[in-house]
Amino acid sequence: MSKGVARSTAEPQGLSRWWLRGHSLLVFVFFYAPIVVLFVFSFNDSNAVGNWKGFTLGWYEAFLDNQNVHESIWISVKVCLFSTVIAVVLGTASALALERFRWWGQKAFDAVLYLPIIIPDVTMAVMMLVFFGETAHWFNVIPGVDLTSGLEKLVLSHVAFNISFVSVVVRARLANLDASMEEAAADLYANRWQAFRRVTLPQIMPGVLGGALLAITISLDDVVVSSFVAAVGATPISVYVFGMLRKGVSPLVNSVSVVMLTASISLVLASLVFSRATGSEREERLKT
Amino acid sequence: MHDTTDGPRPAVELQGVVKRFGDRSGTEVTAVDDLDLRIADGEFFSLLGPSGCGKTTTLRMIAGLELPTAGSIRIHGEEMGLRPPNRRPVNTVFQNYALFPHMTVAKNIGFGLEMRKVPTGDRAELIDWAIQLVEMGALAHRKPGQLSGGQQQRVALARALVNRPEVLLLDEPLGALDLKLRQQMQHELKTLQREVGITFVYVTHDQEEAVTMSDRIGVMHDGRLLQVDTPEAIYERPTTRFVADFIGQSNFLEATVASADEVVLANGQRLRLSSDSPSGEAVAVTVRPERLTVHRRGEAPAGLHHLEGRVETVTYLGNAIVYGIGIDWMHLDVRCPATLAVERRDVGDEVTVSFEPRHAAVVTG
Ligand SMILES: Nc1ncnc2c1ncn2[C@@H]1O[C@H](COP(=O)(O)OP(=O)(O)O)[C@@H](O)[C@H]1O
Ligand SMILES: [Mg+2]
Repeated sequence: MSKGVARSTAEPQGLSRWWLRGHSLLVFVFFYAPIVVLFVFSFNDSNAVGNWKGFTLGWYEAFLDNQNVHESIWISVKVCLFSTVIAVVLGTASALALERFRWWGQKAFDAVLYLPIIIPDVTMAVMMLVFFGETAHWFNVIPGVDLTSGLEKLVLSHVAFNISFVSVVVRARLANLDASMEEAAADLYANRWQAFRRVTLPQIMPGVLGGALLAITISLDDVVVSSFVAAVGATPISVYVFGMLRKGVSPLVNSVSVVMLTASISLVLASLVFSRATGSEREERLKT
Repeated sequence: MHDTTDGPRPAVELQGVVKRFGDRSGTEVTAVDDLDLRIADGEFFSLLGPSGCGKTTTLRMIAGLELPTAGSIRIHGEEMGLRPPNRRPVNTVFQNYALFPHMTVAKNIGFGLEMRKVPTGDRAELIDWAIQLVEMGALAHRKPGQLSGGQQQRVALARALVNRPEVLLLDEPLGALDLKLRQQMQHELKTLQREVGITFVYVTHDQEEAVTMSDRIGVMHDGRLLQVDTPEAIYERPTTRFVADFIGQSNFLEATVASADEVVLANGQRLRLSSDSPSGEAVAVTVRPERLTVHRRGEAPAGLHHLEGRVETVTYLGNAIVYGIGIDWMHLDVRCPATLAVERRDVGDEVTVSFEPRHAAVVTG
């Protein structure tokens, strides 16, 4: 035990200081070295990924020219947007149902809702595959729905696992929200919908947006489930990149990955800026 | 429980209201048990009782936030039945205020008007009126998080009053405030209630608060309404031991009813006191400490009830002296004004304690 125990926020002294520095450095290298390598080699003028042959923007040109990549990205964006919107609505609704009401079968629903978080992706993927294989033709009875097309299947399966994540995040927020707030709204002549819209939703909004961001990320990330349910003409970019690797590694993978990385970093930065903004608003509220 | 309020249409009328809560293990809690109550129009009515006696549950049933297990609730003669809270002509000031943190003071106050689709012009006028009423004009654009407890309390009050409800329900609205502010707000609330003429149903566990503010008080215990009366009647003529004990301090002399106008104390002494209880029933005679007088043994005036005892303790309180007197089977507290005119007693003095018959009440329970 060093004498620094009491002052836990103080600068560490002596040897432990060097340990900490070395450790942090290692962590950074561990995290960022692969990214740097990826970034550098995406400009490598060579057909092999391995050795450096000089600078080129050729792989980015190849990326821009590749029709399949564009289509896959477009599929990913569509799947991501549709599934996120649906998952956020349903996930928020189920969070409300679990947190604010008592009903028959609630405990069972509560347990089942979180299954997608714990069961392995592969299991989920096989389930989806079998499910769509057996039942797709039933859904096709509904006008305008074509589950053989792939896009709908992707959206539905992404909704299936994202509801759980959204629900967890929103529920945490809801649990901290005093139920008497909604009672006050009802007492002041608001009906159920108005109370939700005007009082509950604004206060759980950070949770809803957080859930949405999580859903977007998970949807864009997903390879396993998507590759099981994807059909010809509906291959999301993650699955496409994975497929490219199987055919043999081409540095095109690098440039595609850098673009995807840039996109996710922008997303995270945007969410940081947003939460900073709402956070400072809250701080301002607390100041008196 | 009988109730003396008359008039054809009480503001609030509860009849045989019962509320049971079931928990997961299947046991049931009876929070409110067979409550009958009529609250007159324009009255300041307090529900008083210790924590957990069912006050909040009663209030929530009137507001529609809880549905009674049995019984009927009427507001100005209209049966509330299953009507949801947003369609009842009452408003509530919640115990924790429940202000909307994402709205300004003005928006909070205007919320009810907005929900009822009051035209914007009238709305602004009413909000102004309510803000002036609670003197929050300078802070209309603040959010609740930027207000002190007392200010939040005022906003909660304005938010309810702006709707001009037929009945205003208040659940321990001053509970979170410090003593000084609480006393000031008690006074303001009472004044305000007279000004707006709205029926107040006020829940509190603070007997002093209930006594100072109310036209009538209903004392609750274990889900039951024990007594409904004016503060003075509750203090002077409690009908149960619980009420006598909860409102102020009192002495209790164990006794048995001998006849309609006589009781026998535990030492065999007979007192002429009338009671409603049947002969043979165990009761207690209750007398407030300040209604007892101490005399030198044998010097007590005739016509009063007498008890003989000996001074055991003397406590000087500045404006009063409290004598602890041992009578042969129990102990009494006597409170005397500490003026120079009143002769002092010392520990060990043999004394006679007297009280007027009208200052004693026979209580059950
Ligand atoms: N929602 C509920 N579920 C179960 N029991 C409850 C509930 N609300 C109140 N109770 C019980 O009912 C009784 C009365 O509670 P309450 O009306 O809050 O009392 P008070 O406001 O007088 O302190 C208490 O025993 C309390 O535990
Ligand atoms: Mg209460």
